Amino acid sequence: MSATVYALPSIVVFVTAAVLIVVGALGVLAVRNPVHAALSLILTLFGVAVAFIAQSADFLAAVQVIVYAGAIVVIFLFVIMFLGVGRSRHDHVEPLVGQRPLAALGVAVTVGGLIALLASSHWVTGATSASGSSLVKGTGNVRQLGTAVFTTYLYAFEATAALLVIAVIGAVVLARRERVTEEAE
Amino acid sequence: MIAGADPLFAHGVTGVVILIVLIKVVVGFAVWMGAVTMMIWFERKAISDMQSRIGPQRWGPFGLLQTLADGIKLFFKEDLVPAEADRFVFKLAPYLSLVPALVTFAIVPLGGTLHVAGHAVQLQVANPPMGILVMLAMSGVSVYGVMLAGWSSGSKYPMISSVRASAQMISYEAALGITVVTVILVSHSLTTHGIVLAQGQGVWHWNVIRLGVVPFIIFWVAITAELNRPPFDVVEAESELVGGFNTEYSSIRFALFYMAEFMNTITMSAIIVTLFFGGPAGWVPPVAHLRWVFPILWFLAKTGLFAFCYVWFRAALPRLRYDQVMDLGWKRLIPLSLGWMLIVAGFLVAPGWGFVMAATVLLASVVLAIALERGASRATGPEAVLEPVGRRPLPEERLRSLTDREEG
Repeated sequence: MSATVYALPSIVVFVTAAVLIVVGALGVLAVRNPVHAALSLILTLFGVAVAFIAQSADFLAAVQVIVYAGAIVVIFLFVIMFLGVGRSRHDHVEPLVGQRPLAALGVAVTVGGLIALLASSHWVTGATSASGSSLVKGTGNVRQLGTAVFTTYLYAFEATAALLVIAVIGAVVLARRERVTEEAE
Repeated sequence: MIAGADPLFAHGVTGVVILIVLIKVVVGFAVWMGAVTMMIWFERKAISDMQSRIGPQRWGPFGLLQTLADGIKLFFKEDLVPAEADRFVFKLAPYLSLVPALVTFAIVPLGGTLHVAGHAVQLQVANPPMGILVMLAMSGVSVYGVMLAGWSSGSKYPMISSVRASAQMISYEAALGITVVTVILVSHSLTTHGIVLAQGQGVWHWNVIRLGVVPFIIFWVAITAELNRPPFDVVEAESELVGGFNTEYSSIRFALFYMAEFMNTITMSAIIVTLFFGGPAGWVPPVAHLRWVFPILWFLAKTGLFAFCYVWFRAALPRLRYDQVMDLGWKRLIPLSLGWMLIVAGFLVAPGWGFVMAATVLLASVVLAIALERGASRATGPEAVLEPVGRRPLPEERLRSLTDREEG
């Protein structure tokens, strides 16, 4: 499969998803109001979900919307709204001196690495890929995903789960610091 | 490409297929809008009957056109946007409430399969491969409508309401998702069509019985909380919050929120029927021409029953306190749904594993009960429990800083 011919609908879907992703990502950076920035982030996440569906990764698309758009950005918004970050004008005071050049450097290294990876490897996704070809059309790919997660990548999966539990317990411990003196007396 | 599990697209997408899809969308939308106006009328009439009032009676026979009259009135009212509002988000929020309700209804199977012009047509607007996950995704998205409406109003009480709403809806989503997993486990399918087919062989195959009644009850309670319907309507507790997240809304935008609430009620009744009561399954007469009508009637009857139950809840049950809502969600429903899912999964592997799982869950629930008991008996109150890390602003200060206009 050296030269894949793409049909018009796939091109339309891809362009729509790409525009959503890029516009949303730029919006996150450019918009002043944090709530609007979070909304732009949702736009990006939906674009990524559309791209997933175009690659026949239906389950991933659904989980993308449920977890990221449905839970994580809601928590972002919750914090932004509850702490009222939007109306303060302290953003020209830099808390970490010299973070901007360091951030620029990090971005340059990451993007350079990604481009090098993309240039050096051959990427096949979707129905034409190694795992996709065994898909029965229209059944979704939950079975393959589940098998992969619970056999090949079991340790990574369990490590992630443990990490999340640690994060939750850490947050609870930090937030609920009980008065020790009363317990001791 | 995005063929999904729909046999309609099995032989390629032709003009006829596109026409069938368009007809399905239009008919689905029209039927559903009619159902929404009927639902609003039915809720008002049923509640007024329960409360010994007359209810709507002026417009049309039995007041059936009341909703239409209300709609026309709201449409011609002045559309106000508060000066403190974030205009763009304020105008966006009603649609974020409305669209998820619409999308969720698209995956509900209304009847069996129809054969039109050589094509097998499933009587549901769409049958995507991720199926029931669309419902979970859309209930996640619908949080934004309520949340952003409250925030963008630039007013204190809608803000409190939206903070409550987002916390409540996220909390109950977990129990909801785990219960849906239980259904998917026995159905071997993510699609709503597959879930309904798996329950097609009779009443004893309906998930409400096959799974034990517990998942159904968890799902019903969680979905009621997700809808912000009574008795979980702390989001719009009139006595505390003026009107809730939509206090500052007027005219057609208020009507959109109002419609979204009733749309969601119908949609979620239909989802309950689909997941636990076999959807359109039921007795069908052995007459060839009636074979496609009866499933639809069965579906409508079951959905109507649950819609009535929602109305009944509203008239009969007092509102829960906010901490009770949170306790029920986190301390009861999530552990219960998780334990029940493990037991069901165990029995699906082998009966022996099922009993092992049941014993494990029993042990875990005893540990959990002891932990909750010890947690509850600890000293509480503002003096004893919390010593904040750093000084946190009081809720009043936080709200004031959010809502007061910045001078200069």
